[in-house]
Amino acid sequence: MIEARNLNLWYGDFHAIKNINMTIEKNKVTAFIGPSGCGKSTFLRAINRMHEVIEGARVEGEILLEGENIYGPDRDPVTVRQQVGMVFQKPNPFPTMSIYDNVAAGLRINGFKDKKKLDEIVERCLTQAGLWNEVKDRLHKNAMGLSGGQQQRLCIARTLAVEPEVVLMDEPTSALDPISTQRVEELLFELKKKYTIIIVTHNMQQAARVSDYTAFFLLGEMIEFDQTETIFTNPQDKRTEDYITGRFG
Amino acid sequence: MFKGIAYIFGFSIIALLGIMVWEMFRGSSFAIEKYGLDFLFSSNWDPVAEQFGAWPFIYGTIVSSLLALVIATPISVGIAIFLVEIAPKWFRDIVGFLIELLAAIPSIVYGLWGIFVLAPIIREYIAPLFINTLGKFIPFFAGPSFGVGIFTAGVILAIMIIPTIASISREVLMVVPNVQREAALALGATKWEMIRTAVLTYSRSGILGAMIIGLGRAIGETMSVTMVIGNRPEVPDSIFDPAYTMASVIANEFNEASSDIYISTLIEIGFLLFGVTLLVNIFARFLVWSTSKGVQEAK
Repeated sequence: MIEARNLNLWYGDFHAIKNINMTIEKNKVTAFIGPSGCGKSTFLRAINRMHEVIEGARVEGEILLEGENIYGPDRDPVTVRQQVGMVFQKPNPFPTMSIYDNVAAGLRINGFKDKKKLDEIVERCLTQAGLWNEVKDRLHKNAMGLSGGQQQRLCIARTLAVEPEVVLMDEPTSALDPISTQRVEELLFELKKKYTIIIVTHNMQQAARVSDYTAFFLLGEMIEFDQTETIFTNPQDKRTEDYITGRFG
Repeated sequence: MFKGIAYIFGFSIIALLGIMVWEMFRGSSFAIEKYGLDFLFSSNWDPVAEQFGAWPFIYGTIVSSLLALVIATPISVGIAIFLVEIAPKWFRDIVGFLIELLAAIPSIVYGLWGIFVLAPIIREYIAPLFINTLGKFIPFFAGPSFGVGIFTAGVILAIMIIPTIASISREVLMVVPNVQREAALALGATKWEMIRTAVLTYSRSGILGAMIIGLGRAIGETMSVTMVIGNRPEVPDSIFDPAYTMASVIANEFNEASSDIYISTLIEIGFLLFGVTLLVNIFARFLVWSTSKGVQEAK
């Protein structure tokens, strides 16, 4: 369970996230929707402190992960990111590494050496990402030889290998063709059995298809957050209704 | 019309290279005929007796340049990493500018600094440190400490090629896409782990290219090396002994070359230097090509 309490985020003087309070359920898919620049990606990044790579970014408030504040004074962002993994908009496998090494990268960073165990984990994660059958005969070939959709599933496998509790996905299918998109979406149904998933998407049909809960963001504020069905069939806020019916955005 | 002129300019490069090779070959043919391949491997350099062997110079050039590369690479890559990944923006710009300035200092100034500052420091402190430790087991680090010698030349060369390697490496690191850095960070990498996993692997062929360009500069560098290497035409037993490089011997002895064969041998050394730099560059391109091919092929 993830709980945001009075979360505010600034980039320099720009107030990007305004006082967000929400509780995200475990083992569910939660979608963040909203027009460009509404803060949904920024908020997503705040959940594993990835916004900190941007100079001048600053957070106030709390995000509790299993009751523990990830912004606590003793909390190292490195350990937060081991618990909260992230898949990015464009597939970004490490281009000099093989498929195997890409999946193993996170574990190797943390000093994992046991070759036999590593083989097992790589196989398991590639299987979970629905990629094993396609790549099992070329594990030691360069990862850039895969198609875009395969690369994105490889990135998902790479994220799973460090055994996070939460997987953040920042528009994970926006660079993919429809068939690859469908495969990633199908994957989410499997993954949520083991992981909590938060997905940012520009595509409202996608949010409706894959998520259990949906949050609508506008101008840095969270306007509405409810079960996906409710948001799409019976939104409480006029602005949510305008957005999902396509009147703006 | 315009196309024709452009072609002429294009071919002029090939012509220029061809004329240079031909002229050097013609100038050195007397020595080539007289000494043949022995010239490369003979260590006997005695102009009075008209005995000429180029091995001490070839050796001096190779060892001093490789030494420079060994010293300069980690420092330069470290500077580049600091500038791109760690330093705040305002500091990055200042240091980046200073590095470019360092590259513009004339080599004679480095040479003077080498004689008056670096050589005494090496003679008094650095060389004895090696001689009294490693030198007890490895002859290559033993011997008396003169201050001037192949080690001092290597250090001066290292200082001179650091700006080159650092500024090219910096540009190489800057083109590493941010999504690569974020990929590593999102896996729970610390800053250093992120640099090692995402940045350095991504840019390794570019860094190799920077090293080779630095090496090329070190091989051809004449003035500062001539001033600190000691100019003794013998293959040194120790890294602290005086030695000689191909470029230095040409610069030093061309004026005094009294006989035709003397001049011809110096031209042949020039020809060799030309060949060595050419080989280094071909080797370098091959390395860069073969490492980047790994990425390219897969695309």
